[in-house]
Amino acid sequence: MPLTNSHQNIIDPYIKIGPDDSLPAEGALLVTLAVWQDHWERLMRRQELIGVQLTSDEHPEIISDDIDQLDLIALEFPTFRDGRAYSYARLIRERYGFTGELRAVGDVLLEQLHYMERVGFNSFEVLSNDPATDFEIAANDFTVWYQTSGDQRRTATMLRQGKKNHG
Amino acid sequence: MYRYDEFDQTLINERAEQFRRQSARRLDGDINEDQFKPLRLMNGLYLQLHAYMLRVNVPYGCLSAHQLRRLAHIARRYDKGFGHFTTRQNIQFNWISLTDTPDIMTELAEVDMNTIQSSGNCVRNITADHYAGRARDEIEDPRVWCELLRQYSVLHPEFSYLPRKFKLALTGSPHDRAAVAVHDIGLRLHHDNQGRPGFEVIVGGGQGRTPVIGKTIRQWIEPRHVISYVEAILRVYNLYGRRDNIFKARIKILVNAIGIDKFRKLVDTEWEQIRDTGLQVSNTEFERINAHFLPPDYENLADQGDELAAKRTREPAFDAWMRSNVTGHKVPGYAIVNISLKAPGRIPGDISADKMEHVAALADQFSFGELRVNHRQNLTFVDVRQIDLYLLWEQLVALELATANIGLASDIIACPGLDYCALANARSIPIAQDISLHFANSGKLQQVGNLTINISGCMNACGHHHVGNIGILGVNKRGKEYFQLTLGGSADEHASLGIRLGRGLPRAEVPGAIERIVDTYLTIRQATETFLQTYRRIGIEPFREAVYGPVNVSRRVA
Ligand code: SF4
Repeated sequence: MPLTNSHQNIIDPYIKIGPDDSLPAEGALLVTLAVWQDHWERLMRRQELIGVQLTSDEHPEIISDDIDQLDLIALEFPTFRDGRAYSYARLIRERYGFTGELRAVGDVLLEQLHYMERVGFNSFEVLSNDPATDFEIAANDFTVWYQTSGDQRRTATMLRQGKKNHG
Repeated sequence: MYRYDEFDQTLINERAEQFRRQSARRLDGDINEDQFKPLRLMNGLYLQLHAYMLRVNVPYGCLSAHQLRRLAHIARRYDKGFGHFTTRQNIQFNWISLTDTPDIMTELAEVDMNTIQSSGNCVRNITADHYAGRARDEIEDPRVWCELLRQYSVLHPEFSYLPRKFKLALTGSPHDRAAVAVHDIGLRLHHDNQGRPGFEVIVGGGQGRTPVIGKTIRQWIEPRHVISYVEAILRVYNLYGRRDNIFKARIKILVNAIGIDKFRKLVDTEWEQIRDTGLQVSNTEFERINAHFLPPDYENLADQGDELAAKRTREPAFDAWMRSNVTGHKVPGYAIVNISLKAPGRIPGDISADKMEHVAALADQFSFGELRVNHRQNLTFVDVRQIDLYLLWEQLVALELATANIGLASDIIACPGLDYCALANARSIPIAQDISLHFANSGKLQQVGNLTINISGCMNACGHHHVGNIGILGVNKRGKEYFQLTLGGSADEHASLGIRLGRGLPRAEVPGAIERIVDTYLTIRQATETFLQTYRRIGIEPFREAVYGPVNVSRRVA
């Protein structure tokens, strides 16, 4: 699936591993929660990039202790209507302090990219030939925001008070 | 009232432009109706039975004369010359075309109005006591908090895809005119035992298929923490609310499933983490918004005792209007005036473009150019000099807007029903028309006194039938419309849900049944009891008998 890091289209370096797949000896891996839990020790010992993908039923608190070990967390949107991952993203960034790649996967629509970026996602799997351009269109609809969220944008209130956001 | 500054204005303009691009993509065929639907719904554009319907937010019911003129213009130019005020203090236009919608949004943005989140699974327009800031019994004016919460909820990146729609209501008075107990979150400003203002937070109330009276999750919270507390509730709901069944997705189902104590624990745990973050309302921000809600330049006036009394004696129609439509103001010499949009036989909440303009002119002349939309689908002037009451009444009479029935049996709430709504089982509007005409002809209106009749065209309960003293619900039995009556509902500080009276009735039998219920009340009431008080004292049986005949053995067994 085409992927963008919001500036450009990128090639996904990760191999997706589900419960039925065997663990390859080499390569960057994006594993399901079950695989992560079953092969935790083996996976922690690897030197290569490692990520965990969570379904929207899997609260990221389960992996919050491992967060420093992870390069990527991917959160699934089973349908665009399922908004749980917006809250998960904020918790992952703002409460568990994750600084790596936070990827939105699944039913990720153009119109949602902007909200996703605001809550802390920084890569997006979009069904599009050119997701970076889509992102460009969708993320520039607004220049004013009322809410603070993980993205450090200055809110209307901050702008009014002429405050600088040192985030 | 609140006026947009450059930041608010930019955001609203950008939203209108975004929708212009989205609808162009739809009209060009770049996206299909399935993809477009969530986009238009987030902007209050519904596809109804015959046309698009556009719902415009009236934030917590506050409207300027200038804005009302713009709504009149929109009604005339883009609709069939009418607007329809709703129980959410909003206005709907029922005959809108998709191609016109971006222009309408731009026209609204020019007068500080928008349609953002007037639909969709997100935080909807926030409602409030329509007497806010003016009521004699008010403890604190909730409007600054309404505006803070409005801004907080508009285009919230985390809470725009909640399990289901989410409604907040605020009041600052002990007498609840905002029905806060039947909202997802109800906020009631009051004083704690040391006299400090704070919010009682009520959660998990609602109507619809599963009506629930909300539960108090917190007795008192400092106002500056109210946004973080609301955020904690929203986050818990967003994470744990059901998403597998849309009929079980409202927060009330979650609260009932895990119990208020467990729910409170989840919220408090979350709140502890966020209460001292940037969500606290600073004094600067409070003061900035409060400056928009300062009282107008009241004159130094005395209450008009004798003169008004003399006019009332001379003119019984004026007296009737004064009794039902006019109420006390906290400033001496002023009054609050309700304008009924429930003339007998008319569609509840409907108003023509011409009348909107006349009302706007009267608001300029008599009430500092502002008015309120109230959740019973009427309009309110909150700052009328008592010396002007007679003159205002005369002008309203000339406009056929002086119906003296606020709070009385013909002040009926009705949802759009089968005349417009794609979800309806039955028509609500004609039933409302039948009943209001019936009462107008019977001459019993004043004698019966306070009585709320609420009508919904289906279980979704947009007409608030559960909390009507008499509720009427349209049902469909083998392709035929029937109407189910409930008694004893109430939306005030002693909120209660109505109880089903008996089997559904065909339309023709409804006014007669209401008449028999009302006559029963008139016969058995004691002293000054209202309908609701009598019902609560005596129970449903006498009313049941009045409508369906005496209880026989077979019915008892069944
Ligand atoms: S109650 Fe039913 S019929 Fe009435 S407006 Fe709501 S959905 Fe439509």
